[in-house]
Amino acid sequence: MQTKPEAALFVTCLADLMRPEVGFASASLIEAAGFDVVVPRGQSCCGQPNYNSGDRRAARSMARRTIELLEPYEYVVVPSGSCAAMIKVHYPLLFDEADALFGKAQALAGKTEELTVFLERHGYTPDAAPAAVRVAYHDSCSGLRELGIRHQPRALLKRSPSLELLELAEPEVCCGFGGTFCVKYPDISGRMAENKTADIAATGAGIVAMGDVGCLLNIEGKLRREGRDIRACHVAELLAGMLERPDGR
Amino acid sequence: MEVESGAFVEKARAALDDATLQHALKHIKHGFVEARANAAARLPDFEAMRDRARDVKAHTIAHLADYLEQFEANVTARGGKVHWARDAREARAIIHGICRAAGARTVTKSKSMVTEEIELNPYLEEHSIEPIETDLGEYIIQLRGEKPSHIIAPVIHLSKDQVADTFHEHHGRHGFHTRLTERSGMVREARSILRQRFVKADVGITGANFLVAETGSAVVVTNEGNADLTASLPDTHIVVTGIEKLVPTLDDCHLMLRLLPRSATGQDITAYVSFFTGPKRTDDLSGPSSFHVVLLDNGRSDMMGTEFEEMLRCIRCGACLNHCPVYSNIGGHAYGSVYPGPMGAVLTPSLAGIDKAGHLPNASSFCGRCEAVCPVRIPLPKLMRHWREREFERHLSPSGTRWGLRAWSMIAASPRLYRSMQWTASRFLRLIASNGWIRRLPLAGAGWTGERDMHAPAGNSFQHQWRKRGGRR
Repeated sequence: MQTKPEAALFVTCLADLMRPEVGFASASLIEAAGFDVVVPRGQSCCGQPNYNSGDRRAARSMARRTIELLEPYEYVVVPSGSCAAMIKVHYPLLFDEADALFGKAQALAGKTEELTVFLERHGYTPDAAPAAVRVAYHDSCSGLRELGIRHQPRALLKRSPSLELLELAEPEVCCGFGGTFCVKYPDISGRMAENKTADIAATGAGIVAMGDVGCLLNIEGKLRREGRDIRACHVAELLAGMLERPDGR
Repeated sequence: MEVESGAFVEKARAALDDATLQHALKHIKHGFVEARANAAARLPDFEAMRDRARDVKAHTIAHLADYLEQFEANVTARGGKVHWARDAREARAIIHGICRAAGARTVTKSKSMVTEEIELNPYLEEHSIEPIETDLGEYIIQLRGEKPSHIIAPVIHLSKDQVADTFHEHHGRHGFHTRLTERSGMVREARSILRQRFVKADVGITGANFLVAETGSAVVVTNEGNADLTASLPDTHIVVTGIEKLVPTLDDCHLMLRLLPRSATGQDITAYVSFFTGPKRTDDLSGPSSFHVVLLDNGRSDMMGTEFEEMLRCIRCGACLNHCPVYSNIGGHAYGSVYPGPMGAVLTPSLAGIDKAGHLPNASSFCGRCEAVCPVRIPLPKLMRHWREREFERHLSPSGTRWGLRAWSMIAASPRLYRSMQWTASRFLRLIASNGWIRRLPLAGAGWTGERDMHAPAGNSFQHQWRKRGGRR
């Protein structure tokens, strides 16, 4: 019997802590796409908070750790546009070309894929079609502009026959998460989130799906604070049919 | 250059609460963002033109000294004079000297952010020379004693009603006593006042959108035609601009002229594009008899050879401001700098020092839309990140942030520490949640829960649960 290829899941620290369901949903989707899922032990943060706050030295050492951790795997899948972009776009920029890690960073960049890109490329078809729902999709900025992720999540969602995909008025506008930005400039971030939830509500969708846990926590928290009856989820949770949560929401 | 970015947070808060400002800022979406998208869509070549423009500007900056010399030689050959100003003080002194020699009492002005940068108006006033702004927007803020809030639309922060009040308050002394509220009537009134000023001015000062090395021309784009009147009616024309405005040839300039209005206002071309090349020639019917170009450095050459050199490609179209989710929610005044928004977040610390502009490169969610629309493809988020790195290296970032980042990198480096941290955080969040939701978090988390709720994690960390379930690791 032929063994399935192995794919490493880099779950991201935010999903790890705040949204474990995204990890399980991702794992089940990667498996359904024909891979064996490995969650490399010892994984933590890709270093993005330090990198974007100007702490380049720590970012470099966090990158080195992640690069070495993921080196043995042929496929690396990340359920986040921004963490995937950190690895694919920014890791190679952290090292001098003479540094041995530069080549390793490039190799990792080459084999790392954001989840929806990975699923789309490997011809994944959802088997557990979600019940008839109207879903709005929110593009995360990093995924959209640094990795060009636009059609992949939409194509995956559209394969569910009962799912109606709705577009936001301004899909290219940031939701206001922005990593540490949201706690450093909460007023501005809050207004950006408010604009986004208004756009989401205007679509009439019952669910808003997206590819990043950062945007997800931001939008979900704002929807809840505003008392809007719209559920926010990671696109992986929706595709894997894992929307039911213990709190019954 | 005066920078007041210290109160950024407070000013931003006030801006978010200012209903009139918020209403005015809504125009950005339709007036600029959609207009640019339509203009770009009409021109199939647009993306390739951006690549070429980036290359032209990068080439010019790499050979700036040569092109500046060529430009000066061509200005001189046509009877004009080039003046070199190392900083704002020198620039002001040069301009004052020229005005004094011309016996100037009044000076008309058009299209110059650089004169805002060097704070020319208060200086001229101190020396008993009256500066008169002639772009409608600049004219309005001069009457109001304000600063521009946008590099191409200085009064984007004002409502028509506020402008009506301003005109009503100031135009009485010119014999206009009715408060006009209809756009064309207001413009007609301002125009009739400005016409008198144009005729009487002793010196005209303009900026330049581009300088052309091969001809020695200063190029100005306007929609009101006032730059032509500013430059042609008085006997002396002074062009004041930065050394980075240079392009080698007229062909290069043409490329820039196709990109600038499309990026800025979504226009295929502005109503006026003027090339000023030397003073009036013998057979010219009109024009100034003396033509000066004041080239300002003011920190620009220090950017060359650094990671900020790419910023010198900027053609001041304002597209990054219009597409910035921070700028479009708070307007320009909160930044406390002549140059607001993403381009200002990179340029202001370069010109005034990072110690004076600390918030500016930080107040960005790094959404990257500025870079996506920049006609000369300046990687603005990358350059802002470089400023954050300089701040971090110089210990200018808040100590709480530094401590947090340091702690986080140590935790992330140790699987055991990371595991116990995730476990503790997860337990803590579930403990303070009610019905799975958290309404108030302590410390840095207060910034989060001030604006939104937080969903508590459903259980222990993913890695913890994965291990318990016997998943492959």
